[in-house]
Amino acid sequence: MRTVWRTARLAERHAQTRSGRSLVFTVPGWPGHLPGQHLDVRLTADDGYQAVRSYSLAAPADGDRVELGVQAVPGGEVSPYLADELPVGAAVEMRGPLGNWFVWSGAGDEPVLLVAGGSGVVPLASMVRARRATGSPSAFHLLYSVRGPDELWYREDLLHEDPLLDVRIVYTRRSPQEADREPGRVLPADLRAPTARLEPASPAYVCGPTGFVESVADLLVGLGRDPATVRTERFG
Amino acid sequence: MTSFSPGFRGRARPLADRLPPGQYPTEAFPVLSTGPTPHVPTAAWDLTVTTEHGETRRWTWDGMMELPQQDTVQDLHCVTRWSRFDTRWRGVPLDVFLEDLETAAEHVVVESHGGYTTNLPLADLLGGRAWIAHTYDGHPLAPEHGGPARLLVPHLYLWKSAKWVRALRLTTTNEPGFWESVGYHDYGDPWREQRTWGD
Ligand SMILES: Cc1cc2nc3c(=O)[nH]c(=O)nc-3n(C[C@H](O)[C@H](O)[C@H](O)COP(=O)(O)OP(=O)(O)OC[C@H]3O[C@@H](n4cnc5c(N)ncnc54)[C@H](O)[C@@H]3O)c2cc1C
Repeated sequence: MRTVWRTARLAERHAQTRSGRSLVFTVPGWPGHLPGQHLDVRLTADDGYQAVRSYSLAAPADGDRVELGVQAVPGGEVSPYLADELPVGAAVEMRGPLGNWFVWSGAGDEPVLLVAGGSGVVPLASMVRARRATGSPSAFHLLYSVRGPDELWYREDLLHEDPLLDVRIVYTRRSPQEADREPGRVLPADLRAPTARLEPASPAYVCGPTGFVESVADLLVGLGRDPATVRTERFG
Repeated sequence: MTSFSPGFRGRARPLADRLPPGQYPTEAFPVLSTGPTPHVPTAAWDLTVTTEHGETRRWTWDGMMELPQQDTVQDLHCVTRWSRFDTRWRGVPLDVFLEDLETAAEHVVVESHGGYTTNLPLADLLGGRAWIAHTYDGHPLAPEHGGPARLLVPHLYLWKSAKWVRALRLTTTNEPGFWESVGYHDYGDPWREQRTWGD
């Protein structure tokens, strides 16, 4: 089942940031997926040449509707095409869902830590939306690192008033005036408050560029989190 | 017939004879792992090989470094679809560790610091096709790439080349490892595109 390439037609495109896009596709026969999973997208050129990249699912399963979040990488082969060139109504191919490890099952009720760097927020947004949709009693603590205020994805979902969702934003280059810290990379002090609310078995999901994930996962272990509870997804 | 991705041109076509299906070449060295990177000092490092009868061999870091070393240049293929050509490694061929073992086992479970495991046919570790590698491009292997030492089995997808390797367990039955239990292919041949269950 999971190895089948399916036709996926672009239904909607919304700008999240200057170079980040939400793309909604219609994928007849899509088998559904779990929050945190990803899929493969395949593009085909006129001469038959194909390119495949992985993209995380940005929203919980919803019939044949599949939402992605794509950050256009300058000079990239696939992401700028998906972000800005693929016409609405045109098709690509998709295969999935993939990845059965970076997944929030929704089964437990313990608090959960989410740490996102840039577009690494995409699979975590799926978890946040799934928690809200299912009414799970787990409290979510999200630490979200972005370059500046104009780089925030999913404002409506993440900044929405919710007693079970606590969001802290770390600006790495430019912070808004009301920010309570200087711009810079995630430090142990940023993780101390959210990890203090966790239970020993609470899972932590860390997603973003490799350097970010390496650094945050090391900090979490340094703060005493059991490495077996820290799940990582690296975008490149 | 539906035509896909109108207007997509893609980059210059890669060297087809070196690039397995569905892969793209990269100059970067991306990292795939499941959790935090273990930091294992060489003084605490050891490698054990255990047969199905319980016979155990053990090497410390210094013991491993005294074994015959080999330099090898390999193409790497990761299931996340990147391939990297001409990577330069130094290490000890697995043949050296497995020489003259009394065993009827046909399978191996590789165990790493941090709890990662992967399974391979024993035959794939023999014949100069697999190494315990400790040096990459002339430098000690960095922790995020599996240092101080990792398994290197370049003819299979890279998740089989377990980072932070600490033990090889020879088994008479096939025991799926970490990724193999959650959906990845049992064997993982990039040229046959054995990515997931059912490929
Ligand atoms: C499990 C997983 C989930 C992911 N989820 C997401 C997601 O939700 N959203 C998201 O945006 N991304 C995600 N990614 C990353 C995504 O798969 C792509 O890696 C990313 O979109 C870049 O692809 P690209 O084809 O645009 O860039 P590539 O062409 O792959 O290039 C990447 C970078 O390398 C440079 N480069 C590489 N080779 C060359 C070359 N030959 N010539 C010139 N420049 C080159 C490019 O300039 C660019 O900066 C995920 C990755 C993984 C593994």
